Amino acid sequence: MTVQSPSTARTPRTTRTPGADLPDQPDSLWRSAEPRRSYDVVIVGGGGHGLATAHYLAKDHGITDVAVLEKGWLAGGNMARNTTIIRSNYLWDESSAIYEHALQLWEGLEEDLGYPILFSQRGVLNLAHTLQDVRDSVRRVEANRLNGVDAEWLEPDEVRKVCPVVNTSADIRYPVLGATYQPRAGIAKHDHVAWGFARRADQAGIDLVQDCEVTGFASDGDRVTGVHTTRGTIAAGTVALCAAGSTSVLTDMLGIRVPIQSHPLQALVSELLEPVHPTVVMSNAVHVYVSQAHKGELVMGAGVDSYNGYGQRGAFHVIERQMAAAVELFPVFARAHLLRTWAGIVDTSPDASPIVGRTPYENVWLNCGWGTGGFKATPGIGSALAHTIASGEPHPLVAPFSLDRFVSGALVDEHGAAAVAH
Amino acid sequence: MQLIACPWCGPREEVEFSYGGQAHVPYPDSPAELSDEEWAHYVFFRDNPRGRFAERWNHNAGCRRWFNAIRDTSTYRFESVYRLDDPKPVTP
Ligand SMILES: Cc1cc2nc3c(=O)[nH]c(=O)nc-3n(C[C@H](O)[C@H](O)[C@H](O)COP(=O)(O)OP(=O)(O)OC[C@H]3O[C@@H](n4cnc5c(N)ncnc54)[C@H](O)[C@@H]3O)c2cc1C
Ligand SMILES: [Zn+2]
Repeated sequence: MTVQSPSTARTPRTTRTPGADLPDQPDSLWRSAEPRRSYDVVIVGGGGHGLATAHYLAKDHGITDVAVLEKGWLAGGNMARNTTIIRSNYLWDESSAIYEHALQLWEGLEEDLGYPILFSQRGVLNLAHTLQDVRDSVRRVEANRLNGVDAEWLEPDEVRKVCPVVNTSADIRYPVLGATYQPRAGIAKHDHVAWGFARRADQAGIDLVQDCEVTGFASDGDRVTGVHTTRGTIAAGTVALCAAGSTSVLTDMLGIRVPIQSHPLQALVSELLEPVHPTVVMSNAVHVYVSQAHKGELVMGAGVDSYNGYGQRGAFHVIERQMAAAVELFPVFARAHLLRTWAGIVDTSPDASPIVGRTPYENVWLNCGWGTGGFKATPGIGSALAHTIASGEPHPLVAPFSLDRFVSGALVDEHGAAAVAH
Repeated sequence: MQLIACPWCGPREEVEFSYGGQAHVPYPDSPAELSDEEWAHYVFFRDNPRGRFAERWNHNAGCRRWFNAIRDTSTYRFESVYRLDDPKPVTP
């Protein structure tokens, strides 16, 4: 008879934890820093734009005496809530330049960050349902091509080849008359993108400070000298506002008027399904857009809730209409179950274009107004804003989006490319 | 669904209404005399507070009349509704 010592006794099979053979969760990817009393650069808002700006300040300009101040948890605002559509097929030269700059950075971002972001270039279809839609879409394709953006006009039978589940029958209320197609467009994993930027910024020595709400500003003439926060006053050489839907709360404290309105924007997911939807489909006329996430959920969204709102929730009838539109376009989705809905707060501007650049304070930079479509811009605005902060001059890619365009009249009207389509 | 109390029709479902943005923005007395900056502020710039906001609503699927409301933009709760020719209620 042999006696087993307790340390070598085999655990009975029945007590094995499910998933015990999977790798452990990684350790924290960044330090949650204690705020210091002073920084060269203070970025207000730890969403995608704030984190990307921090990364490029360090990487492109060697500026690392930087804090990103976040009132909640890192990237818990719109960065956690968006539907991750990335594309650059905007109409005007100014817009396609900044969004295409961003798209090119997306194409190398995984390597730059050394972190998987699951960027999947599965293409985007923007459907046309009326003769006017067709004309506008063809015009946008031509404009895109002149700007070096990949774009094609597809007839209904070609739409069916790219996405067989779209209802292209002529016998529906808003038949599909064709679509624009950008093959290099796609989706990415928003959380991974935020973590990748945060990790790199942290490695460079930048402080990412959570639970730190900016509640006021200290100023001296036309300079801001620091920010008051829920974790004390922090002196700042330069301040960059990256607060998306909450920007007006901050600019009101500074006494600056900015023409944005904050609206709830909702989205939803279905349960996990087998892969059925190979691309991204958007329809401004039927009012919905749909992609299928990496794990298999159908991800849908549409336009903003009509009223101003800071509540991070919206009205249920808006969800009901999105789903009705989705079932009209994709009859195969009729039996899918809704799993979850949520909302973010988006900062919409009068011409559906961002507002980036100078403020009346010489050391405060504004970055807002990205509204329903700023996720795709994340690396692009991060690099351009970092350059702006480092050089003290608006980067040429953001210069057309200055606050004073509302006085000069040089608007960049992107309502056609940015209304329901984010 | 949220009920909105139309001053003329009483409480009705939110879907019957459409939103008109900030209330009490008067058309300038002499528009031709405004500077570009003043005109821009009249055309494009509106308040965007978190909290209490005086705004316009239209009961477009009912009596089709406009009215004003005080609503909290963080809770979405209507505090009061009043007619266009009523003054803005004084709030604490
Ligand atoms: C439902 C939905 C779907 C969307 N879909 C798409 C899409 O498919 N494609 C696309 O390109 N875009 C999309 N967007 C838009 C996109 O999410 C935003 O434009 C973009 O995320 C904004 O930049 P950000 O990541 O920096 O914002 P956020 O992540 O919102 O970051 C701003 C941060 O500032 C913080 N903050 C605010 N005030 C203060 C303060 N006083 N002190 C400290 N911190 C503060 C907030 O807590 C927040 O974390 C969508 C948005 C929503 C809500
Ligand atoms: Zn009425």
